[in-house]
Amino acid sequence: MAKYTLNINGENKEVDAVEDMPLLWVIRDLLGMKGTKFGCGQAFCGACTVHLDGVAVRSCSVQVSSVGDGQITTIEGLSEDGDHPVQKAWVEHIVPQCGYCQSGQIMNAAALLNSNSNPSEAEIEQAMEGNLCRCGTYNRIKDAIVSASKSM
Amino acid sequence: MLPNIPFLQKNKREDQSKVFVPSRRDFLKLGSLATGGLILGVNFQCSGPKGELVTFAPNVYLTIDSDNLVTLVAHRSEMGTGIRTTLPQIVADELGADWSKIKIVQAEGDEEKYGNQNTDGSFSVRMFYEPMRKAGATARQMLIAAAAADWGVDEAECDTKDGMVHHLGGKSASFGDLVGKLKDMPVPAAENVKLREFSSYNLIGTDVPIYDLKNITVGKAVFGADVDLPNMKIAVVKRTPVIGAKIISYNDEKALAVPGVVQVVKIEGSGFPPGLDKALEGVAVIADNTWAAIKGRDALEVEWDLGENQNYNSADQLAEMLQSTKGKGKVRRERGDFDGANSSASKKIERTYEAPFYAHATIEPPAAIAHVKADGSCEVWAPTQHPQWARGAVAGALGLDASKVKVNVTLLGGGFGRKSKPDFVVEAALISKAANAPVRVQWTRDDDLHFDFFHSQSAQRINATLDSSGKLTGWNHHTVFPAIGSTSSKEELHPSDGEMGLGCVDFPFDVPNIRIESHESTGNTRVGWLRSVSNIHHAFAIHSMMDEIAEARGKDPIENALELLGEDRDITFQPEMVDGEYPNYGEKIEDYPWNTGRMKNVIQTLKEKSNWTANKEAGKIMGFAAHKSFLTYVGCVVILEKGSDGKILIPEVHYVVDCGVAVNTDRIRSQFEGGSQFATSLATTSAITFENGQVQQNNFDTYQIIRMPASPKKIHVHIVESQIKPTGVGEPPVPPFIPALANAMYRMNGQRIYKLPFKV
Repeated sequence: MAKYTLNINGENKEVDAVEDMPLLWVIRDLLGMKGTKFGCGQAFCGACTVHLDGVAVRSCSVQVSSVGDGQITTIEGLSEDGDHPVQKAWVEHIVPQCGYCQSGQIMNAAALLNSNSNPSEAEIEQAMEGNLCRCGTYNRIKDAIVSASKSM
Repeated sequence: MLPNIPFLQKNKREDQSKVFVPSRRDFLKLGSLATGGLILGVNFQCSGPKGELVTFAPNVYLTIDSDNLVTLVAHRSEMGTGIRTTLPQIVADELGADWSKIKIVQAEGDEEKYGNQNTDGSFSVRMFYEPMRKAGATARQMLIAAAAADWGVDEAECDTKDGMVHHLGGKSASFGDLVGKLKDMPVPAAENVKLREFSSYNLIGTDVPIYDLKNITVGKAVFGADVDLPNMKIAVVKRTPVIGAKIISYNDEKALAVPGVVQVVKIEGSGFPPGLDKALEGVAVIADNTWAAIKGRDALEVEWDLGENQNYNSADQLAEMLQSTKGKGKVRRERGDFDGANSSASKKIERTYEAPFYAHATIEPPAAIAHVKADGSCEVWAPTQHPQWARGAVAGALGLDASKVKVNVTLLGGGFGRKSKPDFVVEAALISKAANAPVRVQWTRDDDLHFDFFHSQSAQRINATLDSSGKLTGWNHHTVFPAIGSTSSKEELHPSDGEMGLGCVDFPFDVPNIRIESHESTGNTRVGWLRSVSNIHHAFAIHSMMDEIAEARGKDPIENALELLGEDRDITFQPEMVDGEYPNYGEKIEDYPWNTGRMKNVIQTLKEKSNWTANKEAGKIMGFAAHKSFLTYVGCVVILEKGSDGKILIPEVHYVVDCGVAVNTDRIRSQFEGGSQFATSLATTSAITFENGQVQQNNFDTYQIIRMPASPKKIHVHIVESQIKPTGVGEPPVPPFIPALANAMYRMNGQRIYKLPFKV
């Protein structure tokens, strides 16, 4: 066990954790932030996607000891009141069905638009390939990303 | 205990799958509930320092407060279909509520109070459209009566809109102002509750956004594993590697040495057959957090008696099943004389079809929270499709009366039939009892794939005969797959009437000689139901074969289907059933007939909407299938093209659906959009296999589901306008898509597809 100070959503949080604990479980179990979801534990599904220094990472496969002073953003910290362009586009297109994968989808889409503000369809597909949706909302996700890119 | 799955038992009409079937009893009870008989009465509650807040609750589905808050109760589970929005939407429309100001609360599991809560079988709207309208209309009528009396005007000159009662003459009053006047007003008798004219609906038939939309996009929506209780422990279970295996011994020394692990307990399993609602044999590692529990489980040492399924190999079984279809099976439907047609045929087509086991693979793996309290009662929070079953199963496992078990229903991160089964909820309850603390049992992805209630693998053989004029004279369909009943009984070797009624005996084409047979197979794992159930493999076989028949007859596939459906008529099936019943998804065939005219209209509309003829002339690669399931008529055209890299893509899918009244048009479209993606996975990427009794797939690398780049691109959904009573749309998108895709693949590369999954 070791003490870690993590910068999450702009705040420093102290946690006691074993060094190999995935960031996902630190966020969910130790910090009680439930917006980031567990799907596969092996970075195959993207449900646990958060930002580390603005880049999308699968928090199930990032050990807490490797985070250092990196800035973590979770779905709870993406915007003040759900008004990030990606979140607004998700509402406009009524993207979610069950909703479980959507935190990860939104975080992944927001990271994509950070690095490429006007992605082509092929670029969207490539960037979103790691995020599974069993309900099958892929086309609305694509449409929402296009809408968000226009408003950013 | 199978409180709500009587379909697995034999020969009782009322025991036909409640999975697919609302029981008549429940339906009648609800009918009366919503129309006066079981209404709780006008229930007033006063609160606040001066007792000024008055709450009007004319039935269990809605309350109106004097401060104008309309609260609607969602009593069925939200797993992505939008039902948590759609049913309240019906109540609100009849009531004339202001949708932007309503609140929706989720009911706990209590079927005495709320009626059927088994969210399965695409029957929520079918079963509750009428009761929800009555629930809203009852309240509207009482509010209008109070206002009209106040104003001294005729009730007929009043209506409700946006949370107000309005009189033609211009007077208006808010619901909140009126509820205090309802105290002594009798609830109108059922026959006196008047429903709105269809044309006056403002919400029904529109794209009402789902209630949880905003919460989902900000990460605040609460799913199963998101519930946190004080002092809650987390459990991860090492379960039997082979279904039916038992623990000989285990060593928990290393597990207990993992920091954060607090306790290790054995869970007594149900053995074999495993049952649908029992915990599997296993060892639970209880810890302060999920990671510690996972590591503790990895450190467990367990010696197993692997039991009777340790040599089970699914590929061997599939080969045996396929072989068995060559022989005579148990005849389930018989019309005319197939043998005669066969002996006089001028052309015979014989084909076989195979499909694998499938896992549900909801992105949210099963998880449940239970708290067995000091007084012995138990409270549960779970993403369950069937809270009443969970309640009963937990009560049974703990030896409690069901009244001592409270089941709170969270949002479900996908269901597709998996989360009907309460095994994971039972685990949470057993572990909580042992831990003397609230416990979340958390399944990992390998748990989910190893211990699912799988969609059965299947083999089919179809023999079709044509006479010299090209007429389809005979149809002989053999089907074999481990039955859902095999999960609970070793004697269930044939598919039940319920399973045969899912796209097999309800073969609608007008062929003079039909024989449909089933064959025996054993269950060696846990088999359950997956979105559209046996329709998945039956539709694949039938509509793939229909495409070959069209080709043999030199007909366009759409023209072939329209012709073979025959004259517009209602098909009953029952007179041709052999030793069984045609279940019709639990509805009387008179109430919900199989109407060939509606299907033909769907197909004609599909032909137009998909530009079938022009696209064909332009050389587009297209496949077609039309299939009715869960009483909903669906036609599907899949268009393929080759990308510049040689990869085959699905640029367009066209669906036409006739589901009667369309309540939430956006959620109908979204079910079809998602259904085509779901079906693409079944058709092209997913399969579960067993070796030595053990599932060979562990995660999404080996059990693949479709990802964005290979998913169908544009999915066009056309909803047939209708005022016929509504049916459901959760499952019906899946069955026709797979053969439509397979038929398109044939046109792409000349190879017919006989086995799922196939490579695109």
